[in-house]
Amino acid sequence: MSQAELTAAPTAASFNEDSEVHSGLTPEEMRQSKRNQRRRKLIATAFVIPLIFFVLIAFIAPIGTMLYRSVYHPTVAQLIPETLQALQSWDEASDNIPDAATISLFAKELHYLAKERRSGKLAEEINRGMPGSSSVIKSSARKLKKLDEATLANEGAERLLAAKKQWQEVKIWRTMKSSGEIFTDSFYLTATDLTRNEQGEIVARDTNIYIKLFAKSLKIALLITFLTAVIGFPLAYYLATAPAKVANTLMVFVLLPFWTSLLVRTTAWIAILQTNGVINDFLITLHIINEPIEMLYTQFSTVIAMTHILLPFMILPLYSVMKGIDPSYFRAALSLGAKPLSAFSRIYFPMTLPGLSAGALLVFIISIGYYITPALVGGTDGQMISNIIAFHMQSSNNWELAAALGSILLILITLLYWIYDRLVGVSNIKLG
Amino acid sequence: MQFPKYFNFWHKLGMHSLRLTAWAVLAFLMLPILVIIPLSFNVEPYFSFTEGMLAFDPDAYSLKWYAEIINDDKWILAIKNSFLIGAAATVIATVLGTLAAIGLSRADMPLQRMIMAILLSPMIVPLIITAAGMYFFYTQLGLAGTYMGVIIAHAALGTPFVIITVNAALSGFDYSLVRASLGMGASPSYTFFKVIMPLIRPGVISGSLFAFITSFDEVVVILFLAGPEQRTIPRQMFSGLREQINPTILAVAVLLVVVSALLLLTIEYLRARGERIRTGQVS
Repeated sequence: MSQAELTAAPTAASFNEDSEVHSGLTPEEMRQSKRNQRRRKLIATAFVIPLIFFVLIAFIAPIGTMLYRSVYHPTVAQLIPETLQALQSWDEASDNIPDAATISLFAKELHYLAKERRSGKLAEEINRGMPGSSSVIKSSARKLKKLDEATLANEGAERLLAAKKQWQEVKIWRTMKSSGEIFTDSFYLTATDLTRNEQGEIVARDTNIYIKLFAKSLKIALLITFLTAVIGFPLAYYLATAPAKVANTLMVFVLLPFWTSLLVRTTAWIAILQTNGVINDFLITLHIINEPIEMLYTQFSTVIAMTHILLPFMILPLYSVMKGIDPSYFRAALSLGAKPLSAFSRIYFPMTLPGLSAGALLVFIISIGYYITPALVGGTDGQMISNIIAFHMQSSNNWELAAALGSILLILITLLYWIYDRLVGVSNIKLG
Repeated sequence: MQFPKYFNFWHKLGMHSLRLTAWAVLAFLMLPILVIIPLSFNVEPYFSFTEGMLAFDPDAYSLKWYAEIINDDKWILAIKNSFLIGAAATVIATVLGTLAAIGLSRADMPLQRMIMAILLSPMIVPLIITAAGMYFFYTQLGLAGTYMGVIIAHAALGTPFVIITVNAALSGFDYSLVRASLGMGASPSYTFFKVIMPLIRPGVISGSLFAFITSFDEVVVILFLAGPEQRTIPRQMFSGLREQINPTILAVAVLLVVVSALLLLTIEYLRARGERIRTGQVS
């Protein structure tokens, strides 16, 4: 702790009498009181500033970078800067391909990229906008690579046009021009299964991958929220109404899994659900089944493992709310002749709603962005939106698309977090 | 089980089935963790019980997977890294988080609710988003693949837990004690360490334990940000589970369960102590 922070500790002046503004004060006293108030504000702020600064650098700035990355795409512009410059004057709405000078500039840059072994990167980028163009660029690059500088300068354009017939078409040049834009909404369009047609209008894509994936993630998260609520509720109720000694002992069974590493619990589920795992062995030994059931690497295993992992997040808020409900209301309803079910649904259950909504929102928010468990036990069927973000970050290297998908997920989470803050208050999150 | 006199047969049946359900859910929570303990002593390299194990044949059990951890340089490095990174991140998170919680607990704090929501957001934002953003940003700063980078990232993830626990400890804090101390001539730093700290210490310690376990258990950020030098236990487990499943992972898992149990006991002790302090029963 630095000296500066220490001296910001409460000083005598800041803890003077509470400076409520009384009407009988003189102007001098009013000023004094305002000064005190300001001073106390400053002192409180001074405590928080170091962390705000730290979180800004370590966490907020990275998130901002990701948001920026989702619209900032300089790769193509860095690969073929001169061609893009020349393409500025070309009218992509016309049915003519760019003029010979522009094409020859591109031939020169492609030749250069081929020599530098970077033409593959260009092919990959253009291919995203126009599937099938990758082979056109790669084979043209191979042909241009062999040319010497003089031939390239004189007949570069002709050689390129001769290399592949697709260069005679307007489409590939349009794609190059649009891929060369440094700021683009195209990754958001891709992330929502939209695209631009040749007239520049936004239209639906033939394949809808990402909307489906978002919908699947929401569905899995809802299912997990529902399951944790349904099985968490009776346990929380039992714990809240049991004698304190029993409840405290049983609480360990909820808290130990809560504290146990996520990877340990995922490992345990792998051991249990495997083809030659505990459940299959058990069922085969009892002759209930003859062939092992395939449970691991399915959506089922994602759901069951995540329900197990997130269950404490449901039980703990429910328990703490139920603990505060006076049991005499329920008893009063019963002794006044209400049937237990209606006493429960009309008296007790409504009082548990704050805990239930807190738990449900928490479980839903956490599960929608889950990565590790689906990645390990989900197979292809049990993958969620986070897994496809990781895939685009690590395997397909389409960082911009990963960032766009991440931003959409972030917006969704922020919305849910805001609702949580309204309903529950973020400072009321309880840990254990 | 004792029931009120007005309970009929169906009421009692309802209560019994409630109790049965509760126990079934407790079993669901505990069994997956318990099942890996015997499996980690399996002499065969499988994730399932052998006949010898079920017959309690001593030859079916062995400690060889535990020995394998000790003999593997990768695991030893991972264990060292986990503790080193966890400890460093915990120190940063605890110092910054405690100070912030004290500031935020003051009624004079402007924009209290909004700042609180922002400071707690590292806990809510999906780790894949945090990790991707950190990868972009930390690479520019030259922090990717360094201990410093990983420690900073983990400290940021740990601070919300410190804020929450210290905030809870401060909820019953009586600021007239501070006024009394200062009024009697104690310096601000003396007041901080001798009056405020002892009263909120249980909250600070349990917050720091939460920050530690957050770092100790974290794998997504590590996957994106760490180089081979910063491999931690969860990172090592993750690649092990993806590549070739081997009971060494079960042995590590059992050791981690022991660590969690110890941390849980400490937290529970601190909570009980904190409760006694709040209710004025401390000696």
